[in-house]
Amino acid sequence: MTTETSAPVAEAIGSDDDAALAELERVWRPRPGLRGWLTTTDHKAIARRYVVTAFVWFALAGLNAVVMRLQLAQPERGLVGPDRYNQLFTVHGSAMMFLFAVPVMQAMAIYLVPLLVGARNISYPRLNAFGYWMFLIGGVLLFASFYLNMGPDTGWFAYVPLSGPQYTPGKRADVWAQMVTFTEIAGLVAAVELLATIFKTRAPGMSLDRMPLYVWSILVTSLMILFALPAVAIASTLMLAMDRLVATHFFNPAEGGDPLLWQHLFWFFGHPEVYIMFIPGLGFVSSIVETFARRRVFGYPVMVASLVLTGFVAFGLWVHHMFATPIPQLGRGFFTAASVLIAIPTGVQIFCWIATIWSGRPRFATAMLFAIGFIVVFTIGGITGVMQASVAFDLQVHDTFFVVAHFHYVILGGVLFPLFGAVYLWFPKFTGRLLDERLGRWHVALFFIGTNLAFFPMHLLGLQGMPRRIYTYRPELGWGDLNLLATVGAAIIGVSVLLFVVNVLRSRRHGALAGDDPWQGSTLEWAATSPPATYNFRDTPVCRSVTPLWSGDGEPAEALPVVTGLATHRRQILVTTVLDAVPDNRHNHPADTSAPFWMAATLGVTFIGAIFTPWAYVIGFALAGIAFAIWAWPRGDHPEDAVLPRRGES
Amino acid sequence: MSARPLLLGCVALAGCGGARNQSALAPEGPVAGEVASLWWFALAVATAVYLATVGALAWAAWRARRRAARGEATDPARDHRRMTVAVSVGGALTVVILLGFFVRDLAAARALRIPVTRDHVKIRVTGHQWWWSIEYPHPDPSQRVTDANELHVPTGIPVLVEVTSHDVIHSLWAPNLAGKKDLIPRYVDTLWFQVDRPGVYGAQCAEFCGHQHAKMALPVVAHAPRDYAGWLARARRPAAEPSDSMARRGREIFLSGPCALCHAITGTPAGSRVGPELTHLASRRTLAAGTLPNGKGNLAAWILDPQRIKPGTAMPATALPPADLEALLAYLGGLQ
Repeated sequence: MTTETSAPVAEAIGSDDDAALAELERVWRPRPGLRGWLTTTDHKAIARRYVVTAFVWFALAGLNAVVMRLQLAQPERGLVGPDRYNQLFTVHGSAMMFLFAVPVMQAMAIYLVPLLVGARNISYPRLNAFGYWMFLIGGVLLFASFYLNMGPDTGWFAYVPLSGPQYTPGKRADVWAQMVTFTEIAGLVAAVELLATIFKTRAPGMSLDRMPLYVWSILVTSLMILFALPAVAIASTLMLAMDRLVATHFFNPAEGGDPLLWQHLFWFFGHPEVYIMFIPGLGFVSSIVETFARRRVFGYPVMVASLVLTGFVAFGLWVHHMFATPIPQLGRGFFTAASVLIAIPTGVQIFCWIATIWSGRPRFATAMLFAIGFIVVFTIGGITGVMQASVAFDLQVHDTFFVVAHFHYVILGGVLFPLFGAVYLWFPKFTGRLLDERLGRWHVALFFIGTNLAFFPMHLLGLQGMPRRIYTYRPELGWGDLNLLATVGAAIIGVSVLLFVVNVLRSRRHGALAGDDPWQGSTLEWAATSPPATYNFRDTPVCRSVTPLWSGDGEPAEALPVVTGLATHRRQILVTTVLDAVPDNRHNHPADTSAPFWMAATLGVTFIGAIFTPWAYVIGFALAGIAFAIWAWPRGDHPEDAVLPRRGES
Repeated sequence: MSARPLLLGCVALAGCGGARNQSALAPEGPVAGEVASLWWFALAVATAVYLATVGALAWAAWRARRRAARGEATDPARDHRRMTVAVSVGGALTVVILLGFFVRDLAAARALRIPVTRDHVKIRVTGHQWWWSIEYPHPDPSQRVTDANELHVPTGIPVLVEVTSHDVIHSLWAPNLAGKKDLIPRYVDTLWFQVDRPGVYGAQCAEFCGHQHAKMALPVVAHAPRDYAGWLARARRPAAEPSDSMARRGREIFLSGPCALCHAITGTPAGSRVGPELTHLASRRTLAAGTLPNGKGNLAAWILDPQRIKPGTAMPATALPPADLEALLAYLGGLQ
């Protein structure tokens, strides 16, 4: 393999290269038609449908929220009864957490990370396809059951014993438990792929200290997923579902089971989950600020250290969800300290972004406005979070609308503002066209107003004694006006999201042509075409700084060096070393296959069947075994892979 | 604290003060008072920190914009030095402020320790889907009182409420008096508070507990110590004897009909603990755990069709001929 410096890609293509390029096109092209749709392993194709699917669940879960807000707009409204209301908020919360916030961040990463590290595709591309199908099945399961009036109704954290067989007969809690199974499998495989991609397929020269901050955020998030998600998967799939299916007694207090065990397992996942959602958001903000302030993010080492520290400390906070349970005083002190501590790294990152803007040459495009909105909104959520680290104060506001306000500020501020900003930033990369800036400004303004109007009054409602998850309240409690205000805010959020959808649908066809690099971006994805070719880069780029496309701050680099030597007659990616990204070997990628689809379908049968009968595991795993055999069966597409010489050869 | 008028101003502006008798912002005793003062302290610090952060952001954006508009030359080395100082100072201030908050919180935690060594009153509250069973213990079993859906406490003395649950997890929260405590099956925990002034304060279940989580409230009635003793003495008495023939017929209907399968009335054969104790039903302020004001009409509506008022409640509809209903209401209405 040789490393060489060449002119930018477009100029480097000579006549000889035309043949190689055509071959590359042919080798990486998906099959045509529906078959191609089912078999593709292109990270971009899968990420696109992943993002769109996640946004569909977002919209449906958002509709649930609108219905809830209409119900609560006045005291003693009769729009929905308690049965429907409990399903509404359970499905809203479960979908937003399990089907939107985490998956959409992973989906964006599945699209962006291979491009940002200069790879041809994600690692484990078939697993990637499999993960999407699992995610899709989980979402369809949850929403289908909701629309069939058998949606889960025990809250997104499904506390036992309420979600146990004694107090929730029927299948509603089973649907919830298996939905978790699907999404956790999808989340775990995506984390594994992203880790392998980040660790082993970075462009030559992209040592760890030259990795874009967004990639760092995904690295930290993926590691967190690896440790956090098994806790809830075990608690729900293995323990709760078994309690309900085959009458084990993990959580049944009448038989010596422990209801608090569930809370520990759930929050050991549930608290890191919050950071798993918004650390990628921090990565988005770094990318947006860097691009639009036209300056490297200030304090790179501090930013990285903050992300890593947040990832670690996030695992030491879970008990602050359980301050109202019998926990020893000393234990509470520990979790208070950790909950206070975690504010430091996030605070420092916010200071670094402000410094970056201060010293940069900012352009206030819509994406940048979302990044600024993030700081303005998220900081409120962060501060109320620190307040709740105090046991004494938390016991007043725990499980009230104050907490609802707090975490919506965190999630809308920390996930949605950065995510919308990221879509405005990268939409031209996804589609080749720019989103409309005028609509974008309406979008960000209305979203900002709606968020504050909907959620700020909830702080007061909580302090005035309004608990969470009540489907109605008596008029004499005096909560009506603030609730009405919150409902108006929710409606404004709805309008702003609608504007976003209109913007995306219109710009996809009629938006201004973007070119490859409309923002003069700093990172490698902007060296690819818009939208990128199926193989991402004609030649693997070489990375010589943390902003490889810039020579200084915001100045475009003269040329992007590349390495050549990857095969064009088959799918091949460059594997580099973990720390310094020195080229190590060439890895042959698998061909497109429908095996992941069948694997997911058989597991879908297994876990959905397991809602009704334990035999589903026996039959389903047998079928999945067959699907896996097809998956792993050697094809012999490439004779040179054979270890032994074939007959007739000597 | 300086933020208090500010926030109260916001509240007044919105024209929505909320009821004062179920609010953490209107403490009625030392426990809630300590937490409220912690809150005003935290709010003041938080407001300052927030304004400083957003102010810095606005200033940074304005400065960069002005600099670009004027085409001023930049001095990257100088900028870098200044940013390093600013971020370091910001980080250090963050640490100091958080440490201050942590210490303030530890002080609050110290002040809120359960005063087991002082004179206190002990009461036991057990959560049920969706009502509260309340026991006033006494060394002499004949003096123990079991009641439901209304918590009576004396003022001026710490009240230790032992909480547990009969079924799923509930949480007892009287915002004017103290933070909440979860009621968990198999666990007994203690919530404590002290009330300064006699009055009726709202409490509500704060942990989602199923269908009627919304309608699981608990009026907390605080009496001056002497009145409390009087109330307890009355509560210890068995149910009042029916005063007329109509009420006597009502008792027959109660005892021979479905009512007695679930409800207990001391002094009668009815002793089931499935539903709330009814011995002094007529003296309570509300019906069905704070769902309806107590009164003849509401009681009739509740007996005839509780599922309309509180869908999902364990109480079934009871079809009674009007004359029987009237008699039953006469009997229950006499259970002072």
